[in-house]
Amino acid sequence: MSISVNHISKHFGAFTALDNISLDIPEGELVALLGPSGCGKTTLLRIIAGLERADQGDVFLKGDKVTDKPVKNRQIGFVFQHYALFRHMSVFENVAFGLRVKPRRERPSNDAVTKKVHALLELVQLDWLHDRYPDQLSGGQRQRIALARALAVEPSVLLLDEPFGALDASVRKDLRQWLRNLHHDLNVTSIFVTHDQEEAMEVASQVVVLNHGRIEQQGAPGDIYDNPANAFVSRFIGHTNIFDLEEHDADWLQTAGLSTAQQKGRIAHVRPHDIVIEKSTANSDAFVTLKDWQHLGALIRIELVKNGSNGPAASVYAEMPNKQFKRLHLNKGDKVDLRIRHAHWFH
Amino acid sequence: MNAVSAYSFIASKKLTLSDPDWIRYALIGLTLGIIGLFLVLPLLTVLIEAFAKGWAAYSASLTHPDALAAMRLTLLVAVVTVPLTTVFGVSAAWAIARFDFRGKSLLITLIDLPFSVSPVIAGLIYVLIFGAQGWLGPWFSDHDIKIIFAVPGIILATLFVTFPFVARELIPLMQEIGHEEEEAALSLGASGRQTFFKVTMPNVKWGLLNGVLLCNARAMGEFGAVSVVSGHIRGLTNTLPLHVEVSYNEYDFVGSFAGASALAALAVVTLVLKTVLEWKQNQDKRLKG
Repeated sequence: MSISVNHISKHFGAFTALDNISLDIPEGELVALLGPSGCGKTTLLRIIAGLERADQGDVFLKGDKVTDKPVKNRQIGFVFQHYALFRHMSVFENVAFGLRVKPRRERPSNDAVTKKVHALLELVQLDWLHDRYPDQLSGGQRQRIALARALAVEPSVLLLDEPFGALDASVRKDLRQWLRNLHHDLNVTSIFVTHDQEEAMEVASQVVVLNHGRIEQQGAPGDIYDNPANAFVSRFIGHTNIFDLEEHDADWLQTAGLSTAQQKGRIAHVRPHDIVIEKSTANSDAFVTLKDWQHLGALIRIELVKNGSNGPAASVYAEMPNKQFKRLHLNKGDKVDLRIRHAHWFH
Repeated sequence: MNAVSAYSFIASKKLTLSDPDWIRYALIGLTLGIIGLFLVLPLLTVLIEAFAKGWAAYSASLTHPDALAAMRLTLLVAVVTVPLTTVFGVSAAWAIARFDFRGKSLLITLIDLPFSVSPVIAGLIYVLIFGAQGWLGPWFSDHDIKIIFAVPGIILATLFVTFPFVARELIPLMQEIGHEEEEAALSLGASGRQTFFKVTMPNVKWGLLNGVLLCNARAMGEFGAVSVVSGHIRGLTNTLPLHVEVSYNEYDFVGSFAGASALAALAVVTLVLKTVLEWKQNQDKRLKG
């Protein structure tokens, strides 16, 4: 295990940020700590880095207990949410900092520093900016410089706090792919914190879902999406329709295919792509009406409302490929038959 | 195209600042009038009075042994107090900006105390503590250490009135900068000392210099607190401001105003330095951003 966290708890006054967390991260993984704001993900990252002390529990890096080691001796690279570049230093000096503060006998010569810094700046494709100051860079450039600076000390683990949080949507998309590729090339065990489930699913090889200071589920992105461990994970990852079978007008769900026979709980979570719709025949007693639809690129999201009920909570969402939807020749206000292919059950 | 856009910029600016001309000229005139009456005129008076009996009398008063002693003492007080205030200010600002602890807001209020307490009271406090009838006075006089009516007392009183200057300048600055950059330095393997000198100090250096400058001006110009503890012993415990007062009371107008002109010159030097600092700081900013 490259990074191990053992029964970590952390309180801020009466607030419990982390509640007895244990986590193992194998060598070479790119892990996302995913959760809503206030779930403790950043605190956990800072405890692993040594920027924060846990009230209880231990942290192991490459098998060494580092709980009491100060951050400077932990051999970590940390990329801050707002980059924290040294504002009075040029890009070159920022990246060189970690090499220049080494104890005299470990410190590389000036030539070696210059060579290494330029190599790192080339790695992040920003060597042409080496004499600029942080104020003169765009958000995406600062992010990459911060990463180059963290990599300069050859960390054994790389920790990134909301690495894409402060960037434009288009820059974010590019950087996600770039970070994935970079991790593939460097193969440094990395953890990044995010509240964006799409980002976690797209970039990480392992996702750890946190809520209220506890780990809800850990696994590969596909695994978490297909087999959510509980209602929170199911709601948090991807879109989902939530049906409570004990509601008084829930009878129609049985006709839609949610038979009581396969029922394993009270609440059914149904992914939009697990809902199939068809135009209903003229005399059928269809229970939903097509209200509206939105284009999501290749997919189309269809908003359906239950007949005889009103209010926004009554909407059901289905998704299907564009072409398939066109073949159905549906219009707004059409009555629609609905079938549920698969559901996750929770209590 | 540039000319057109520049013109429209000016036009729109005029529209937004739509106060009638007479208000603008009245305000500018009022400000200039007040500055002239209360700042420039007194300064001119100082110079006129100092040179009332000619250059020879002026330079004789300035080079009189008592005047020279006063200048030396003033410089000594500044040389001792400014570094102490700086060290105190940096540590206080560091503690307040970096740590959360009980009684933090009380500490901030206490740092401001010298600004709100009359300097005379500050001087009196030291007389009450270290004076011959004071709490600690007898102990010190038994050990033959003189504090009140001697240089140590003057330094203590000056320290009291100047110690907020550097801290006040740095606290908001350090709070605004935050400590992410310091954490970044630590994560890159820097020691606490390296982080302080390579990251913290460069970020606050202009604020620090500004605080030191203001502190220096006050240390040299302080009258009230020093007056209470000094005892006005000529050639020994008279600082320059005290020397001005003593000479004036003895109808030595040239001597008094000559001393005042030296203090005024000091003020002008401080102002020029402050302007240069601000200019350099802007230059620095433009270079980097």
